Amino acid sequence: MYRYSEFDTAFLAERNAQFRAQVERRIDGSLTEDEFKPLRLMNGLYLQLHAYMLRVAIPYGTLSSAQMRQLALLAEKWDKGYGHFTTRQNIQYNWPKLNDVPDMLDALAEVGMHAIQTSGNTIRNVTADHFAGAAADEVADPRPYAELLRQWSTDHPEFQFMPRKFKIAITGSENDRAVIKAHDIGLQLIERDGVLGARVIVGGGLGRTPMIGKELSEFVAFDDLLAYLEATVSVWNQIGRRDNKYKARIKITVHENGIDTIRAKVNERFLQVRPQFKGADMNLLEEIKGHFAPPAFREGSVASFESAYTNDPVFRSWVDTNIAPHKNADHAIVTISIKKHGQTPGDATAEQMRVMADLAEEFAYDELRISHEQNVILPHVHKSDLPAIHAKLKEYELATANIGLISDIIACPGMDYCALATARSIPVAQEIATRFEDMKLEHDIGHLKIKISGCINACGHHHVGHIGILGLDRAGVENYQITLGGDATETAAIGDRTGPGFAYDEIVPAVERIVDTYLEQRESAEETFLEAYRRVGMAPFKAALYPEAQANAA
Amino acid sequence: MARAFTPKVVTANDLLEGDVVYQTEDDRWSRDLSEAELITDEAHAQVRLLDAARQASKIVGAYLADAVAGDNGPEPAHFREDFRRTGPSNYAHGKQETSPQPRA
Repeated sequence: MYRYSEFDTAFLAERNAQFRAQVERRIDGSLTEDEFKPLRLMNGLYLQLHAYMLRVAIPYGTLSSAQMRQLALLAEKWDKGYGHFTTRQNIQYNWPKLNDVPDMLDALAEVGMHAIQTSGNTIRNVTADHFAGAAADEVADPRPYAELLRQWSTDHPEFQFMPRKFKIAITGSENDRAVIKAHDIGLQLIERDGVLGARVIVGGGLGRTPMIGKELSEFVAFDDLLAYLEATVSVWNQIGRRDNKYKARIKITVHENGIDTIRAKVNERFLQVRPQFKGADMNLLEEIKGHFAPPAFREGSVASFESAYTNDPVFRSWVDTNIAPHKNADHAIVTISIKKHGQTPGDATAEQMRVMADLAEEFAYDELRISHEQNVILPHVHKSDLPAIHAKLKEYELATANIGLISDIIACPGMDYCALATARSIPVAQEIATRFEDMKLEHDIGHLKIKISGCINACGHHHVGHIGILGLDRAGVENYQITLGGDATETAAIGDRTGPGFAYDEIVPAVERIVDTYLEQRESAEETFLEAYRRVGMAPFKAALYPEAQANAA
Repeated sequence: MARAFTPKVVTANDLLEGDVVYQTEDDRWSRDLSEAELITDEAHAQVRLLDAARQASKIVGAYLADAVAGDNGPEPAHFREDFRRTGPSNYAHGKQETSPQPRA
């Protein structure tokens, strides 16, 4: 875990003091809202439909138990007893009062956390593989580099007023759990001839113009990577479009100029920028790496795990869905579902946060992760501790065995909270989860990712959902478009639209018809929804969704 | 002939609490849409919006929202305004905690 240096602590204290004074000046009338708004956004404070919202960065999704407890404290003391984990590994508080926000930021600073650059046209929270440092398939832990990027991008003078926001994701594995191809820049750590570096993907993104990122460089060694990234952001900062907000993201710049032109410009800029990087960044990276040294994995018998696995079917079901392989064979990665059927995806109560913090402290080397799929992870757990962890999770409604299944839904806050939303997403997620739970079908259906956004901005990643749902306002009523075949992994793909959208009360039955079609079409229980869709295509799903159109055509 | 003017209310968020508020005829800010002034004249609507914009120490982001006359005062014309006057649908938070709000 990264520990703040004196510089970090002093920097944050100064920023928080500045913001406290800015809030005071807004309240006493010295600042207008037009003057105050960019200042509050720089500190993660939005105004939503019903209240302010404070978005707190969880850098690369990593938390200690002390930090998780502090998030619980904020939820209890200044909010309504819960927080919402987002698809960008942040946490949002939906009900803070303007007066209280400076105190909330000070409380976050006590545990080395902040809300800086969780808004605005800046480089946002760098996200990472939530299994980083634990995954069996990893080349290297991406978090030291992510922390270097956090320090580099925070208050970077060149990158405070860019054409638009900028999002970087990083993974150390070939199996992409960080959706790197749907980010402005995606980094995949690779090793070449004993040298660690990254493959650089550029110009991915979702939103109104979804694009899969393109390879900018197949390999940049660590020594050059920061200069290369600075060159890339710098090229876009200069030529990215500022005339039209909807064409400002780097994906459009890459699309309009072509990847080869962008690569040439980046290489040219890189040669100018490179001499400014004299190795201080690499010294810093070495120091940061020390903070992320793997824990001393304990040894011991896993017999108690094996006996519980054999004898307790509920435990076995949970292990089969929620546990992933760890690089240490006696250990496991635990994904805690905060998506009990019928609950709001990504929400955790203060009590649940404390329970997860306690489990991390007692059993998981004091580490937690937040995934972009809105779950919480204990990255390092000795298998013999799994039964005790499962028992504790059960007491607090945290033991739902649904990771990767139809009820493990990503959903943005939608029109229940968000000022930009055009329709609700949370109740749609709740109803889908409840419906399939009632039918006891989800384990039979198997691996299926549903992702729901309440507007075209696609915070709910609907384009890369196996089933994607987009909520729109059509002539004053909520209407939901469906896409099929999206993929958020290393084989990333944008889903295909099925056709006309469905009304609010028709969307869950429509999803049921899609799932029924899959169950009829699949060749075996092993063929996943995505595999079946890729094999049979859209036609049978369309026939099931729009029987009238079929009848008319006949 | 000019198109008929859709009635409006002036709505905003409270500066400190963030809660949704509505401008009343007697220049208060009410948390209850039914107490809002229903404006049926376009010129008057612009005047009332300017009145609201001058109260930056009380409210944020004033705008004109379409509304219709109901039995107990103005009603929302669009589902977004219906959510704003009620609160989120996943928890009984916001206005639903203090006074039960109708949901269509």
